[in-house]
Amino acid sequence: MTPTSAAPTAEDARVAAFEARIAAGESIEPKDWMPERYRKQLIRMMSQHAHSEVVGMLPEGNWITRAPSLRRKMSLIAKVQDEGGHGLYIYCGAETLGVDRHDLVEQLLNGTAKYSSIFNYPTLSWADMGVIGWLVDGAAIVNQTILAKTSYGPYARAMIRICKEENFHKRQGYEIVTTLARGTPAQRAMVQDAVNRFWWPSLMMFGPSDTDSPNSGELLRWKVKRKTNDELRQRFVNLTIPQVQAVELTVPDPDLHYDATSGNWEFGAIDWTEFNQVIRGNGPCNKERLDARRAAHEDGQWVREAATAYAEKHASRATEAA
Amino acid sequence: MTDSQWPLWEVFTQGATGEPFEHAGSVHAADAEQALQNARDVYARRGEAVNLWVVPSTAIVASAPSDAGPFFEPGNDKAYRHPQFYKVPKGVKVF
Ligand SMILES: [Fe+2]
Ligand SMILES: [Fe+2]
Repeated sequence: MTPTSAAPTAEDARVAAFEARIAAGESIEPKDWMPERYRKQLIRMMSQHAHSEVVGMLPEGNWITRAPSLRRKMSLIAKVQDEGGHGLYIYCGAETLGVDRHDLVEQLLNGTAKYSSIFNYPTLSWADMGVIGWLVDGAAIVNQTILAKTSYGPYARAMIRICKEENFHKRQGYEIVTTLARGTPAQRAMVQDAVNRFWWPSLMMFGPSDTDSPNSGELLRWKVKRKTNDELRQRFVNLTIPQVQAVELTVPDPDLHYDATSGNWEFGAIDWTEFNQVIRGNGPCNKERLDARRAAHEDGQWVREAATAYAEKHASRATEAA
Repeated sequence: MTDSQWPLWEVFTQGATGEPFEHAGSVHAADAEQALQNARDVYARRGEAVNLWVVPSTAIVASAPSDAGPFFEPGNDKAYRHPQFYKVPKGVKVF
């Protein structure tokens, strides 16, 4: 504290009490006092997370009509529906912080909200459905398992619910990958190509490196985050490489090697220029995704209007009858 | 273009008959019937519930966390409400 700063205020005391609760491992609930900054950071994180679930339906939704069998089609529909559900769990959690879902959806549709950069890559082949379930949902599981212990109660509870469902997503993906990897040479080549395209974007899902992650310190202190981006990324790589080897595929990283001292699979440098380009809206599919999301929202307008009209009609009948 | 997100309903699920209802989350819906259907689609896709309650969020009355201390205090200092408070002869099994 500098000599010119004022005596501790009531606000300082509240922050101290809040931080003591966090340090003691308590959960923060919606009606509890919290610093404005904590509220803002959570709204930012939770809305971006919810948007990612919703936009995440699009690359896979593309393939529902082209799934190679009824079994695969059923799984894919169920997975995409789950992602919609995940979006709703987290929007509902974000609303406990005093924001309106309407405003969050509006920010997504008008392009001012951020969502996970991974969904701005195209899904070019059926193998991409396998690799997304395996790598993208696999990375999400690593992230969300830790978020299930986040200090904000409603967010943690939404994550617990989501984690239970994600394992199905990952396994159905890995099953597709295994089937293709053991299939014809053309199928093997197709799945290897999908891994080549999705490997680095999956590692980028954990966000910027710790040395370049301005919010991390505060979020870790408030136990919003429980592990750093780099720790989570390393954990994902360590978990995934044995799965890559089991199906005799490779990842497009000449620098990848096992380090016996740390027990880590050390990987090469990530292209952060690409990451920043995609985050800023210049990825291969940013525009396509938002256009698809807007069209879906507008096409659903009549359903929302019909539901409102139906509810009003029934309410007025009930009053007449009374 | 009207784009209402509809009123908010709190959802409670009962995992199996005989179990208590537990808060699961919330849904937006135009009326109670639709709230039940939305709650089923969002919170019970895998047999998580055998019964559902939906309650308008505005109907929930909650205790205030700021005076949780004094509010629950009356229950905190009454050790005589617990079985351990009572002495019994050594070696006798009471339970
Ligand atoms: Fe998800
Ligand atoms: Fe998922």
